[in-house]
Amino acid sequence: MNEHLLTATNINRIFVSKQRSFTALDNINLTIGNHEFVSLLGPSGCGKSTFLRLVAGLDSASSGSLQMNGSILDKPGRDRGVVFQQYSLLPWLLAWQNVAFALKKEKNMRSAEKKELAYHFLDLVGLKGFEEIYPSQMSGGMQQRVAIARALVIKPPLLLMDEPFGALDAQTRRDMQDLLVTIFKETRSSVLFVTHDVDEAIYLSDRVYIMATNPGRIAKQIDIHLSDDKDWSIQLSEPFINYKKEILMELKQQKKNVHQSK
Amino acid sequence: MRFKIISGSGIILVLAVWAFITYTGMVGSLFLPTPTAVILEARKQIEDGIFFQDIWISFYRILIGFLLATLFALPIGVMMGTSKTWKAFWEPIVGFVRYMPVVAFIPLSILWFGTSDMQKFFIIFFGVFFQQVIMIADNCKTVKKSVVEVGLTLGLNRLEVIKDIVVKAAMPSIWDTLRTVWGWAWTYLVVAELVAATSGLGFRIMQAQRYLSTETIILGILTIGLLGLITDTIFGLLAKMMFPWHEKEKINN
Repeated sequence: MNEHLLTATNINRIFVSKQRSFTALDNINLTIGNHEFVSLLGPSGCGKSTFLRLVAGLDSASSGSLQMNGSILDKPGRDRGVVFQQYSLLPWLLAWQNVAFALKKEKNMRSAEKKELAYHFLDLVGLKGFEEIYPSQMSGGMQQRVAIARALVIKPPLLLMDEPFGALDAQTRRDMQDLLVTIFKETRSSVLFVTHDVDEAIYLSDRVYIMATNPGRIAKQIDIHLSDDKDWSIQLSEPFINYKKEILMELKQQKKNVHQSK
Repeated sequence: MRFKIISGSGIILVLAVWAFITYTGMVGSLFLPTPTAVILEARKQIEDGIFFQDIWISFYRILIGFLLATLFALPIGVMMGTSKTWKAFWEPIVGFVRYMPVVAFIPLSILWFGTSDMQKFFIIFFGVFFQQVIMIADNCKTVKKSVVEVGLTLGLNRLEVIKDIVVKAAMPSIWDTLRTVWGWAWTYLVVAELVAATSGLGFRIMQAQRYLSTETIILGILTIGLLGLITDTIFGLLAKMMFPWHEKEKINN
């Protein structure tokens, strides 16, 4: 049986302000296995990013338990690499220095070794030759590649990605998705991926959790079985289209429910 | 190049107006000396050796006062900008004192320190320190939350996040703060020297008033302006050298 890397049990996140309280996450249960690519898919406001922040340790749940490899997650750690939606590179560092910055805590590693590793991971994300430039000199896609390299260089068992391609144009976005498929095969990290793009979720994931709003909750779970050697053309295949149908139906259903309840 | 011509023509216009109203005798030389008189005065002061001596004394005072203030303001400002506890501690003190006009402290400062350099350091320190603290705290507060979170997710602790991320990210704007406040420091210095000094640019101006030697006053004022311009340019050049990434960011936007 596949050991679970991450287990979320009955997670609630309620934001309380003076006037009212708002339930961002309502009873979330999900698991991520080793070397599994899991997506959270849903409209904005469904709490998918809130959940990712909990896993990253940047926020705490109001109740419920979040465990990784059997230990409780309550603060950020180097066992989880995070790629944010805004590229969030450190603008005063060159591309390779941004990647090497992630290795700051590796006291035993010599700086030459860190540089070498940073160069290697920049090569992996297709940025060979762009090591010595500042973030402000890069396009959005390049910046996000550096951010991915930075998250990967610490070799985290779990990679958390919060709408990482949301700000990119369609073509760059497709390139980045293919890059991610390749990297995922090589690194064997698990991935928790947050997106509102249906095609992206199906293409990349082993499992998709469809989330609904108000309160943020998991509405449906769909296991995706596509070939491991997939490329973009699979998006035109029948199984892919069927998954898409199923997900779009579910999202439509949710919308109807919202209207009825109003 | 175009803008250099434009800014040059601005200065030339002012000089031209000055020359016109003085050489034609529209304004008496007692009230406003001619450019020639000011240049002659400069030559005399240089020959007497007091010109550069005054500059050096004033510059030395401002430098020490400013450095002392910065030395304390930097850590306290960063603390205030990154910790609610420290902010709660410092804010009432800083907020209160910074509204006290430093000029009002001059009599007291003379009582405490006489007319020594210490008195000038005190006035400059008092004038810029509290402003620096507030502005540096603000510089730190405007650092994007996302880069702070990057540090946290990479396993840095609070202190490391402040040292390796917040301060680095805020450095160009902190530098701008110092550049601005440096200009104010000049004002405070001259005020302090006008009232109680036996040397320095402010003293020279004050002394000239007694003898109605307006060309000395104008020379002093122009010298201060020129020194301000030079140091400001140096601040700008150093910023370009220290924060090349920031310059590039500005060009892109």
